[in-house]
Amino acid sequence: MNHLVRVLRILRATLREIFDEASYARFLQRTNASSSPGAYAAYWREREASHARKPRCC
Amino acid sequence: MHPERRSRQKRPRTRADARSEGLDYHQNRRRWKSWSSWNQTAQQILSVCEYSDCARFEFRTQCSTEMHKTLSIFGWSAVALLGALATAVIALHRDEPINALWLVAAAACCYALGYRFYSRFIAAKVLALDGNRATPAERLENGRDFLVTNKWVVFGHHFAAIAGPGPLVGPVLAVQFGYLPGTLWILAGAVFAGCVQDFVILLFSVRRDGKSLTEMAKDETGRVGGFVAYVSVIAILIILLGVCALIVVNALKSSPWGTFTIAMTIPIALLMGIYLRRIRPGKVMEVSVLGFILVLLAIFGGQWASQTPSVARIFSLSAPALAGLIIAYGFAASALPVWLLLAPRDYLSTFVKLGTIGLLAVGIILLHPTLHMPALTRFVDGSGPIFAGKIFPFAFITIACGAISGFHSLISSGTTPKLIARETETRMVGYGAMMAESAVAVMAVIAACVLQPGVYFAINSPAGIVGQAPDVAAATISSWGFSVSAADMQALAHAVGEQTLFNRTGGAPAFAVGMAHIFSHTLGGQALMAIWYHFAIMFEALFILTVLDAGTRVARFMIQDALAHVYKPLGRTSWYPSILATSALVVGAWGYFLWQGVKDPLGGINSLWPLFGIANQLLATVALCVATTVIIKMHKTRYAAITLLPLSWLVAVTFTASWHKIFDPSPRIGFLAQARSLQLSAPTAASARLVFNNRLDADVTGVLVVLVSLVLFESVRVWVGVLRGNRDARIEESPFVMTRLATEERI
Repeated sequence: MNHLVRVLRILRATLREIFDEASYARFLQRTNASSSPGAYAAYWREREASHARKPRCC
Repeated sequence: MHPERRSRQKRPRTRADARSEGLDYHQNRRRWKSWSSWNQTAQQILSVCEYSDCARFEFRTQCSTEMHKTLSIFGWSAVALLGALATAVIALHRDEPINALWLVAAAACCYALGYRFYSRFIAAKVLALDGNRATPAERLENGRDFLVTNKWVVFGHHFAAIAGPGPLVGPVLAVQFGYLPGTLWILAGAVFAGCVQDFVILLFSVRRDGKSLTEMAKDETGRVGGFVAYVSVIAILIILLGVCALIVVNALKSSPWGTFTIAMTIPIALLMGIYLRRIRPGKVMEVSVLGFILVLLAIFGGQWASQTPSVARIFSLSAPALAGLIIAYGFAASALPVWLLLAPRDYLSTFVKLGTIGLLAVGIILLHPTLHMPALTRFVDGSGPIFAGKIFPFAFITIACGAISGFHSLISSGTTPKLIARETETRMVGYGAMMAESAVAVMAVIAACVLQPGVYFAINSPAGIVGQAPDVAAATISSWGFSVSAADMQALAHAVGEQTLFNRTGGAPAFAVGMAHIFSHTLGGQALMAIWYHFAIMFEALFILTVLDAGTRVARFMIQDALAHVYKPLGRTSWYPSILATSALVVGAWGYFLWQGVKDPLGGINSLWPLFGIANQLLATVALCVATTVIIKMHKTRYAAITLLPLSWLVAVTFTASWHKIFDPSPRIGFLAQARSLQLSAPTAASARLVFNNRLDADVTGVLVVLVSLVLFESVRVWVGVLRGNRDARIEESPFVMTRLATEERI
């Protein structure tokens, strides 16, 4: 049971990282902000360049 | 504390002690090796001898180690035997169809053995991975780019970045030789070359604070290496984007259903972007599920569109019209804010990609279909209709992603090294994720081979080879020994909701038909064949368009970075004149290759896919040059073969392929021969353009080969200098810092 919970936790963490939810949560924590359209806009301003430079393979 | 542990900490026992207590250590050790008598021996010895706690612990540990060793030897021997049997079946079985599970078994065993033994050998002997050395994710952690991340999370992230349309399209095209050459190359190429490249480059980037391949090439092999890596990346991006766009065009031409569905993904992505920004900030998984539901509705909407004549007319587009729209889309997507289109489309395509690949794997296992394609076809002689040329070298450049892809070295030296928590995890992430991608390529081979060979060739052969009219095309393909009729193809087209499936070059439609075949036999039956086919087309087109968006933007940034040296404002990524100018430059470049492919009477794939394969493998050559240089500088020359052998193979493959593509006297293979043949046949404006295109392709190939030859020459000079002691063997690694991470994993 513990193994299953652990696997599910890792799966969730993986999906949160792939889908940038974890990155946004870290941004909110770092800036002591709460989630809002303004905070999300600020988050995107900060990471737009790095996200756009990420190549996707063929 | 447990008494056995306590006694182990004191370490009071030696073999001499054991002997002094009356236990013949070596004699009993030999007896323990016998699996059948292990338990009996243990009982006898324990009953005879009076042991202290620590003696019993050592004995048990020894027994347990021996047992584990024996089990391990038995287990891995069984895996090796099964792998050898499965490979022998797929290699030697002739004249009768085989089951897809043999391919699955061969792949699973090869990957397991490769990972367990070869990657472990590289990790221990060559790279000497050090779990105590702090990675850049730990030392430079900033919560943004550098971040200590759980290894499984990094694995998923890395796999999502490296898996694109390549491992699906290349293997499907290479199936024209039969299933055997492609499968063997995918397995051997991945285990001995592709996985090694990804693993080694990832580790070297980790040891250099996450430096990119171009930076590492400059540091280790000199300025020429850095410059060539930069030019190769730009070239490969441009050709890749042109080919990807051509695949989408060929899949969607005269297909109102497919075109409607893909067109709908644009407003869906915009809606997702606005939803994320205004309504539920940051809830990406939620909006991805919502987007996926909308895309499914769009597939059903596409069916309605294809059955409503007035709407179907609007979405029935010719190849040139689609090409124009995709070029316009590429330009707009490159200039729009990332959050509005690129990011939500990226999320949506990743969601669909991961889900569909998983679904396909389950479908193949459950259905375990029969492969109708023979092991080898008559086209091993180089006369293939999909692309001309013999197995060597063309099978090896047609399948790049799935076996070895130079593009992966960019990902392995991009985001991923900045997330790795420990050096030891690079093995799982670098080597392991490439194995997963290789497995996707094997699934693509299976999806193509479940089709009847006649159907496969009817879908993938260009009109210029088999003829435009269905009857003529079917007769030509049947004359090759692959029976197919126009009526069969019409029935299949009807079943998948298309007007025709003839001449749909590019690999995507053939893969979609194969995938629909597997899915419909697993879930829904023939009634859902059309839905599954369009789901597969949507799946491929969605992430090909994402590659197009992202690739255009990446190329744009690279050009802006370079132009900043000439005129500083051009490097500003927020300055609109610069954005528009560089976007136009990039889109114009890949748009030209797309247009060239659309207008090519041989379907475009015949010339553009090999060009892309050559560019991609040449980039892998640069990456392996860098890797070999570093290994030699690390004074591990005796192990340099792990990168030197794949490098030598790639040099042989790419240089031979380039030679053929430029100088081969056959007009179907050589660019210059085709240009000459067109010049002689009918000197019209259209043929003049084709002549120019062929010469351009020859020039691009030639320039790439010359540039990579320079890197190779520079690298060999460095190797010889280091080995003779004339050159400084200093490597540009960041200094060792002891990790402060606790032993437990962080999530």
